[in-house]
Amino acid sequence: MKDRFNFYRFASPATFYPLAGALIPFFVAISVLFGLAGLYLGMLVAPTDFQQGEGYRIIFIHVPASWMSMFIYLVMAFWAAIGLAFNTRLSGMMAQALAPTGALMAFISLWTGALWGKPMWGAWWVWDARLTSELILLFLYIGYMALTAAIDDARRADKAGGLLLLVGVVNVPIIYFSVKWWNTLHQGSSVNLAKSSMAQTMLWGMLLMAMCFWMYSIAVALMRVRTIMLERERNTDWVKAVLEGEGK
Amino acid sequence: MLEADNLECVRGERRLFAGLDFKLEGGELLNLQGRNGAGKTSLLRMLIGLLPPEAGEIRWKGKSIKAQGDDYRADLCYLGHLNAIKEELTPLENLLAAAHLADEALSEDDAIDALEQVGLAGREDLACKYLSQGQKRRVALARLVKEKRPLWILDEPFVALDVAAVDWLAGIISGHLQRGGMAVMTTHQQVNIPAGTVRELRLG
Amino acid sequence: MLKIITAVIGRDLKLAMRRQADIVSAMFFFVIVVSLFPLGIGPEPDLLRKLAPGVLWVAALLATMLSLPRLFADDHRDGTLEQLALAPHPLGLVVTGKVIAHWLVSGLPLALIAPVLGIQFDLSSEALVVLTGAILLGTPALSGIGAIGAALTLGLRGGGVLLSLLVLPLYIPVLIFGAGAVDATVSGLGGEGHLSLLAALTFASLGFAPWASAAALKIALE
Repeated sequence: MKDRFNFYRFASPATFYPLAGALIPFFVAISVLFGLAGLYLGMLVAPTDFQQGEGYRIIFIHVPASWMSMFIYLVMAFWAAIGLAFNTRLSGMMAQALAPTGALMAFISLWTGALWGKPMWGAWWVWDARLTSELILLFLYIGYMALTAAIDDARRADKAGGLLLLVGVVNVPIIYFSVKWWNTLHQGSSVNLAKSSMAQTMLWGMLLMAMCFWMYSIAVALMRVRTIMLERERNTDWVKAVLEGEGK
Repeated sequence: MLEADNLECVRGERRLFAGLDFKLEGGELLNLQGRNGAGKTSLLRMLIGLLPPEAGEIRWKGKSIKAQGDDYRADLCYLGHLNAIKEELTPLENLLAAAHLADEALSEDDAIDALEQVGLAGREDLACKYLSQGQKRRVALARLVKEKRPLWILDEPFVALDVAAVDWLAGIISGHLQRGGMAVMTTHQQVNIPAGTVRELRLG
Repeated sequence: MLKIITAVIGRDLKLAMRRQADIVSAMFFFVIVVSLFPLGIGPEPDLLRKLAPGVLWVAALLATMLSLPRLFADDHRDGTLEQLALAPHPLGLVVTGKVIAHWLVSGLPLALIAPVLGIQFDLSSEALVVLTGAILLGTPALSGIGAIGAALTLGLRGGGVLLSLLVLPLYIPVLIFGAGAVDATVSGLGGEGHLSLLAALTFASLGFAPWASAAALKIALE
């Protein structure tokens, strides 16, 4: 009885669980492939930058991580909108599964930004508009995770978190432009990546690494969503069947 | 007419009830029975529209309450297990503010009259924080005296009342039923409602 | 529509007047935080003048945060929030009234006391006028955005800290334009541009935030 109710009423965790399980190795494999190709291009093929030396190569991690951190926030907001509009259970789980990866990407972006900034600007941290926005994005991720963690009821956590994501996604452009405005007013232009003419191989390297991060994020999010499903639906028949199957 | 159609309630991981149907006509009282945790309060919260049912539908005058929104709430009076009175305000101010916010016409004389009926004469102008628990409950119940809305939803209205007050409240509810009103309530006590048709619904 | 908003404002103001200690302590918090800065960074007038807009605005954000947890929590605890949600009006209008009332007892007093604190930082009279104007214009946005956070964290353990975590990042644009207006006036650039952006933020958040808060309250009341 319970099984039927899950199955028909929601985007069915019972069917999604094995599907996700089957897809994970596939995404892991292409992530590794893209990663190897990207690292090869970025570390070995791309020419040494005549201004910045070898240190610039960290942007092959830094830039894709920044892209992914923003993209994942948008994807989470998309799931939140679906979840609030159609009351589907899977959407909230997807948003929650993505959040740690998004936060990790934002953190990697900040960390590598600092590593890159030290030789370039002579300081670990400068209040550059992009770095500052990335920091605020990390705060938004942390806020989302803290809110969903503080709510015991999973459904309420999904809904409240979803609403926060929608409020956040409306605010992100406003925050970004205000920070940018603040930045130009206070310190003129700072070092800008886009300005340095980018060699074709560098662009390809970054795109490959971005694909690698993207596929990695999907694989990890699927793993996490499977865990969330087992935990939340531990009383349903399908989870019991899955766990018995794995116990054998 | 209030109708519940195939209602299902899930709280956390537990399903409290499913496939629940009932119909309530004017002049009828629905008395919800059931042990603690059977979902009585959850059902009441569904009926007032704050808790969306997991499945099923609630209809008022033939239309889904979700679609009606404000129109349904204008016909509804809910008394929760919390008193919904502000400690800083006096009983009179509380009654008037509640009526004002709920868009009900309540004159000051009517409010004073209601407070007299619940035995709070002479205390209208004392901040509620100086009242006893029982007196605060009476302030909350005073809302019902002049209440003309057709559907009353009452969560444990008889708790913490003395015998005389229980009889008085039973009389108020009877009066409401006699005027053609409807009520849904939960209670642990055996209370005799003199007028109207009392129906029982057992959960769990 | 206006009737319900004024009714809520009237009720909340009456309640606030019977609990004046809350308003006064939030104001004192503002005064103390602002007065601590010169002690921490030294008394040079040039430095203080430079820091004043940021210091005053950050203190204003924190003072606003202080009163936010109680915006809905008291009504939630005694059951009146349920009754407000059951009133035959859109809940967003009720929240609009509560946000305006919150601003009247938290933002407005800050704006009134801010020029006095600005004098401590040796701001010119022109800058003081802009400071007051900016706080008047910007604090309604703080109350509005804060209401979303207060509604989302309603009834949660550790709600107060969580509330700051959610709301402070969203306050950044107000901080930037608010402090920027005063800054621009001090440096002779004129703060009109900042002030108009601040006004735009306030209007946008007063239109949007009450409905988002109402949705969050409905989730919390389930």
